[in-house]
Amino acid sequence: MRTRPRRQPKADTFFKYLSAGCAFVLLALIAGLFIELLRGSSQSLAKFGARFITSGAWDPVRQDFGAASSIFGTVVSTAIAMLLAVPVSLVIALLLVELAHPVISRIVGTAIELLAAIPSIIYGMWGLFVFAPFMADYVQPVLGTKLGFLPLFQGPPMGIGMLTAGIILALMVLPFMCAAMRDSLAMVPAVVKESAYGMGSTTWEATRRVSLRYCIAGMVGAVFLGLGRALGETMAVTFVIGNSHSISASLFAPGNSIASTLANEFAEASEPMYASALIELGLLLFVLTFIFQAAARIWLRSVGLTERAKG
Amino acid sequence: MKRTAMLALIIGVGVAALVLPGQRTSAEERSQVSISGAGASFPYPIYSRWAFDYQRLTGMKFNYQSIGSGGGIAQIKAKTVDFGASDAPLKADELKEAGLLQFPMIIGGVVPVVNVKGIAPGQLRLTPSLLADIFLGRIATWDHPAIKDANPTLSLPKTAITVVHRADGSGTTWIFTNYLDKVSTEWHEKVGTGKAVDWPVGIGAKGNEGVAVNVQRVNGGIGYVEYAYALQNRMTHTLLQNRAGKFVPPTDETFQAAAANADWEKAPGYYVVLTDQPGDESWPITGASFILVHLEQPDKARAKAMLKFFDWCYRHGVKSAKELHYVAIPENVFTLVEKNWEQELRADGAALWP
Repeated sequence: MRTRPRRQPKADTFFKYLSAGCAFVLLALIAGLFIELLRGSSQSLAKFGARFITSGAWDPVRQDFGAASSIFGTVVSTAIAMLLAVPVSLVIALLLVELAHPVISRIVGTAIELLAAIPSIIYGMWGLFVFAPFMADYVQPVLGTKLGFLPLFQGPPMGIGMLTAGIILALMVLPFMCAAMRDSLAMVPAVVKESAYGMGSTTWEATRRVSLRYCIAGMVGAVFLGLGRALGETMAVTFVIGNSHSISASLFAPGNSIASTLANEFAEASEPMYASALIELGLLLFVLTFIFQAAARIWLRSVGLTERAKG
Repeated sequence: MKRTAMLALIIGVGVAALVLPGQRTSAEERSQVSISGAGASFPYPIYSRWAFDYQRLTGMKFNYQSIGSGGGIAQIKAKTVDFGASDAPLKADELKEAGLLQFPMIIGGVVPVVNVKGIAPGQLRLTPSLLADIFLGRIATWDHPAIKDANPTLSLPKTAITVVHRADGSGTTWIFTNYLDKVSTEWHEKVGTGKAVDWPVGIGAKGNEGVAVNVQRVNGGIGYVEYAYALQNRMTHTLLQNRAGKFVPPTDETFQAAAANADWEKAPGYYVVLTDQPGDESWPITGASFILVHLEQPDKARAKAMLKFFDWCYRHGVKSAKELHYVAIPENVFTLVEKNWEQELRADGAALWP
């Protein structure tokens, strides 16, 4: 007897198209953003071309603009933030999942989630009023005298600058990454961990060889989350980075990031070329974020740390 | 089920408590126009004070957003606000192109403020070249011989000078750089005048408020703020040497002296810049702040209400201007301005003033 294939119920078909539509809207949004950024920066692209990326100039009076100082500031502040936040959030997540008493784990976990919910401008204000003076009075003088031979720690200790901005960024992305890492670590099945312990491994061996390897995809995702946030963070950075369009080897020196420049100057950019240069900065940030993420994924795939390479 | 009901009740009561008091039942209040303006942060203290006083008198609501002169110009050009405010006046051709009328509303002073240990307000004397050299980065410490020369009686510490300027585009910056442009050829060649410039040194802060905070925070800092901010934050202002060679403090009298010589009548669009004015008592960094309105007003009632407010500010706002250390526009000037309103402002062809 010939069997007819069962037709999909209408509801399933409808849902399939609905979800496909939503996904398409997302893609269209990204494409639309990119196109708008291109259009808005067309004037600046035409005038400056590739020179925009390498030029450190920022002269609104003579209408000469360059993104070098902004890109430098974005990259350096994000690098400092990642260097500080990734190890610390990993350690905290491990503590919460593997080592701490369940009650402490719950309390600290909630505290971290609350930290993640604090608006970034509060971090900025706290940074300006509390943290920057602390840095200027206690931390930077010590770094300057002990490590002053390095060009990284030279210059007057103002409190405001690249180092402070990087540390505040680290404090901002840490809760996000920690919460995401903790969630992915908590998803490791108990049976897998217990089988490791059953074979006689120490806590560290079980954690490193079993838990971490099991949820490496989640960990990587958490780092991406933090990275994306750090690259685009605006208000907290604007308050403490010093907003100076200069590139300096010293971490004590002021700088600027793309987001802080846009936040400060966009509202007042009355000349079309000025506005176009700022939109081009936005376009560069868009592209920069994309490059960072793509490069990181390619590297991870080559090292074998993607989802497909579990265990 | 019970919990959801309780939650819904609490939220409902909370929302009602927030929303209901805001409902005004008075017919009179419902018919009041609400005028919106945006622009310079330089005159923000006095505009908000005037708006508050006027609302108490007439009930008319005023909403002024201090988003900066450039923002004010952009918004009035885009017709999203009823009036724009800018410290940097627009030139006549720009006004004509945008169809705007420009008139001065208030005069104020920009004041250099410092944070140096052992220096009290009004003690430090700065000459024009000193000020320019500091902001150019040529003088890096407070005990530099040039500063010592101008201040033989003061003991200046060896602290590094940290220049604090505006990170955002600003009319206050425009007035300040206009002055430096006039008194220093090096500044004129290297930097120029603008709402935002390529600052040779220093850190940038957001708004007059940001500069004030940053100067107070950093030992050895120097910045420039509108006088009201310097007073409100109890900052250490300096004396400046004016064109006549005298060291003057920033006071109402010195601001007024600077404004006294201005020839408002001949300047199209009242484009008068009050920096570096002659006179023994003149404060060198004085500036007027301007209002921009469209020549062709869309709504007659709104336009009339707006002009009534400005007229009230001219006539009755002098006392509060004095309290906040601004200088009100003199009567002969605002008479000219009101004549301009009569001649040029229209709504559907009908005159709006008187």
